[in-house]
Amino acid sequence: MKQIDNLAVCLGMAFMVLAGSVQAGENFITLASTTSTQASGFFDYYLPLVQRRTGIDVRVVAVGTGQALKLGENGDADVLLVHDRVGELQFVEQGFGVDRREVMYNDFVLVGPKRDPARAAGSESAVAALQKIAGSKAGFISRGDDSGTNRLERRLWQEAGIDPGASGGNWYREAGAGMGAVLNMTAASGNAYTIADRATWLAFRNKTELALLVQGDARLFNQYSLILVNPEKHPHVKKQQALLFMDWMTSVEGQRAIAGFQTAGQALFKPNALQQ
Amino acid sequence: MLDLDESLVEIILVSLRVSVTATVLAAVVGFLLGAVLAIWRFPGRGALLVLLNAMMGLPPVVVGLLVYLLLSRAGPMGSLGLLFTESAMIIAQWLLVTPLIAALTQQIVADLMLEYREQLYSLGAKRWTMLQTLLWEGRYSLLTVMLAGFGRAISEVGAVLIVGGNIAHHTRVMTTVIALETSKGNLTIALALGMILIALACMINAAAAFSKIYAARLYG
Amino acid sequence: MLDSGAGAALQPGSEASILPLHLTGVGLDIAGHRLLDGVSFELKPGPLTVILGANGAGKSLLLKICHGLLSPTRGEVNWQSTASAQIRGRQAMVFQRPVLLRRSVVANIDYVLRLQGVSKPERQQRIAASLQMTGLTHLQHRGARVLSGGEQQKLAVARAWAVRPEIVFLDEPTANIDPAATVFMESLIKRFSAAGTKVVLTSHDLGQASRLADEVLFLHQGQLLEQAPAQQFFARPENPHARAFLRGELPG
Repeated sequence: MKQIDNLAVCLGMAFMVLAGSVQAGENFITLASTTSTQASGFFDYYLPLVQRRTGIDVRVVAVGTGQALKLGENGDADVLLVHDRVGELQFVEQGFGVDRREVMYNDFVLVGPKRDPARAAGSESAVAALQKIAGSKAGFISRGDDSGTNRLERRLWQEAGIDPGASGGNWYREAGAGMGAVLNMTAASGNAYTIADRATWLAFRNKTELALLVQGDARLFNQYSLILVNPEKHPHVKKQQALLFMDWMTSVEGQRAIAGFQTAGQALFKPNALQQ
Repeated sequence: MLDLDESLVEIILVSLRVSVTATVLAAVVGFLLGAVLAIWRFPGRGALLVLLNAMMGLPPVVVGLLVYLLLSRAGPMGSLGLLFTESAMIIAQWLLVTPLIAALTQQIVADLMLEYREQLYSLGAKRWTMLQTLLWEGRYSLLTVMLAGFGRAISEVGAVLIVGGNIAHHTRVMTTVIALETSKGNLTIALALGMILIALACMINAAAAFSKIYAARLYG
Repeated sequence: MLDSGAGAALQPGSEASILPLHLTGVGLDIAGHRLLDGVSFELKPGPLTVILGANGAGKSLLLKICHGLLSPTRGEVNWQSTASAQIRGRQAMVFQRPVLLRRSVVANIDYVLRLQGVSKPERQQRIAASLQMTGLTHLQHRGARVLSGGEQQKLAVARAWAVRPEIVFLDEPTANIDPAATVFMESLIKRFSAAGTKVVLTSHDLGQASRLADEVLFLHQGQLLEQAPAQQFFARPENPHARAFLRGELPG
């Protein structure tokens, strides 16, 4: 009957759409990266430059570093741009990635309410600041998502000799969310602190009563690295285009472009590939 | 920041292309499956109905995870390279919407069966003809079912975020860009995009309602 | 072919007639209630048969059993022909509340003709004839479901007419329509019968039965109490319940 014929036509058209999107453009690579690089607006600035200079369309999937490493392990990305040195070295050692290149850095900052109920501002170190926060029982909101930021935060608590999950009370909350969502929650809570990467913090538009309280501790150094997903493990990895992208990002021109990304006169990432 | 002209149009187009395709494909399968379940009696039918009704409430993020595991390079369909494409999002939304459409169609066709069964049998219709006839007789209600399916498809974020990746210019849709802008703290932009999504849904529903009223006036 | 005389050879070609229809000891139980019991009769081609009885006597159920919509609990229903496809295609039924499709008047008739595999030119010709006979030509492009009750009933008859059945069952065809429409409907039924189709209708209306019937089957509480030519039935009913019904002492 007529209506069934119509349905068949629709079905056919839909499959053509499916087929079409599979074959669209081959000159692209998939980059698994962190929420901080996306939420800060870095990619919106940087990727058009990459496209212009190398002709490669870089498609970014922004997730936490833990998930990005997992995507790489499964072969669902060609290149990773992540920030967890310990996890990255392990990833390379296990043979999932090759050609790790440190490419840029910034730092983490401790942010909290302007009135600073735990008096964390001016602490001599990030570890001391966390001890004060734990002691005051003001709130702390953790990413809780195994991201690079989360992994750093857990190392700081360890160094401070505090197990925040076990210490009782509900002052320590694990959000299980990206950097932006955690900043939104921190801003809304009124008396909580969190650790953020500087780029997301600077680009964040909903600061309300939040202020930057602690920075400059060497422990808060935040290194970003490129890793090529091992083409021997995953033959479909677009090695040629991926290397082209990595080479350009670590070139003089690519490094200058990183320094050129600024918000309110401040560079959000500092290039350091050429210092090695 | 979002370039509110070109990017927005592009994002709306991707959203519509993905959700409309997924809904149409889900309707093809859901209408047939629902009608078969309403008209035929066969072993396992009851279990299938229970399963469908349960799947109507399936959380999108679970569907997203399942489709990710399926399409990942490490998964059974990895070699197709569909992950982080519109196709992946269509598959995920199709999985979300099909049970909804099938379950609602089953109820509608079962009700129609009560009214039409004897008359159609008297006219000499076989079951397969009955299925086609009842789907066409229920077309106004089924249009509403399709809209409900479309609503579920275009409004969900969990599944498309996982399998689409929210890649700018490729798999960025209304809901994932709202999530992204929210995470940047751009609450006003996020809210404005939410409004656009609502307006879009209203327009589509209004168009459907008008055509339904018009057709109902014509054919009762 | 429609104006050929009685019964046989309504359809072109040499197919054998499906009539007469024999019911032997037919009974129907639903949920432990005995609704029909021991009904036996023969329907021959020709006379217009009215199944007469009070509400709840089981008339509609009996009609549905004849038409094959219900299977009897006991007894047998036998057509002259044994080819089931032939039996289904050569009978039609007009329900008390006909179910029309949500399409135009023309499409409703076209639907059943397509089911029967009638060619397109033949369909157009039969549709036009049916509409003309039932006086629906001016409404042919209207939606069937927005017609008045009387018009819907006419369309149901037109739909049955287009099939050119050998036998047509009508279940209380005038129960839900106004007196003017009733008069027209009765004239349609007579034309149906005059054209050679075997007409079987149920009614609880004595006046209607006496105006239309050549033959009466009197049904009372699920049992067939009398089958007689109409004149004989109305003049000298044999069964005491039938006499009471004719005197108006049984609820119509």
